[in-house]
Amino acid sequence: MSDLKKEWPLWEVFIRGQHGMSHRHVGSLHASDEEMAILNARDVYTRRNEGVSIWVVEAKHIGASSPDQKGPLYEPSNSKVYRHPTFFDIPDDVGAM
Amino acid sequence: MSAALFEYLLRLGDNTLVLGHRVSEWCGVAPALEEDIALANTALDFIGQTQMWLAYAAEVEDKGRDADALAFRRDVWDFRSLLLVEQTNGDFGKTLMRQFLFDAFNVLNLTALVGSADVRIAEIAAKSVKEAQYHLERSRETVIALGDGTQESNRRMQKALDVLWPFAGEMFVVDAVDTEMQKAGIGPDLAALRGEWVAIIQPVLTSAMLTLPESDFAHKGGKTGVRHSEHLGHMLATMQFLPRAYPDAQW
Repeated sequence: MSDLKKEWPLWEVFIRGQHGMSHRHVGSLHASDEEMAILNARDVYTRRNEGVSIWVVEAKHIGASSPDQKGPLYEPSNSKVYRHPTFFDIPDDVGAM
Repeated sequence: MSAALFEYLLRLGDNTLVLGHRVSEWCGVAPALEEDIALANTALDFIGQTQMWLAYAAEVEDKGRDADALAFRRDVWDFRSLLLVEQTNGDFGKTLMRQFLFDAFNVLNLTALVGSADVRIAEIAAKSVKEAQYHLERSRETVIALGDGTQESNRRMQKALDVLWPFAGEMFVVDAVDTEMQKAGIGPDLAALRGEWVAIIQPVLTSAMLTLPESDFAHKGGKTGVRHSEHLGHMLATMQFLPRAYPDAQW
């Protein structure tokens, strides 16, 4: 880590697989710009035919929740079982939801 | 006919074999992890294409050799690769400049070969051209980024272009083999590809703030095997060591 300013920016990579699913986060990489980030993502994350679509977003543009807030953010929903739709039987042929 | 076809297929396969090996020399030592894996992918694409070209060459020759025998048991003078692809890697910029000059040619040549009268060649070209298009996109972007980068990266890219330029012209030199293939509808008119090639590389080099050398002098002798540069023998010594030291080794 000689000079951080000379490092390429960090990009988060999202790949959509071939089954009509949504884009999923697969990892991150460094690249000089958006075009190179997509090319690098193709080479690093789709070598084994994993995807049909690539999204890249510079990591600094992702807003993230803080671990300190996990009490107020998540604990209130722990005790609210009535929010789970457990009363419905999902037919098998609906597939992944 | 089959002698010329064999020769022609060796040229196609030896270009991808020699360049594939050259690019693979970056594995583990490229300047960034992302470039390392991208170069390894490119090298593997070329070796995959080599397997198809040389397998077909061996069938056409019909002397009991296979793709491995052609790749690992021929000496320098039997290789039919272009002088450009056997040039040493140099720095990362020279490697990418060599790649760009070849990729632009490779896309044009393979695109023409998709319409070849030889069905097998047309099939191999159709499979390979998609890989070549990706290689070109990548090397084009990198040449622009490095050429239009810092003063130092621009200087190195101009030097790479100046050094490699005299080896680029051989791609478009037509000899008796090329003429026979063209007459049979198997291969394109290489001389006619040059204009399209310049149309691809010129705007990229301009964007990269690089100047095309004025002289069109071209070294020749690679694809005919008459005069390879001293670099190819050294490369083959490394590439062929294992199968020569341990013939028919299996793993």
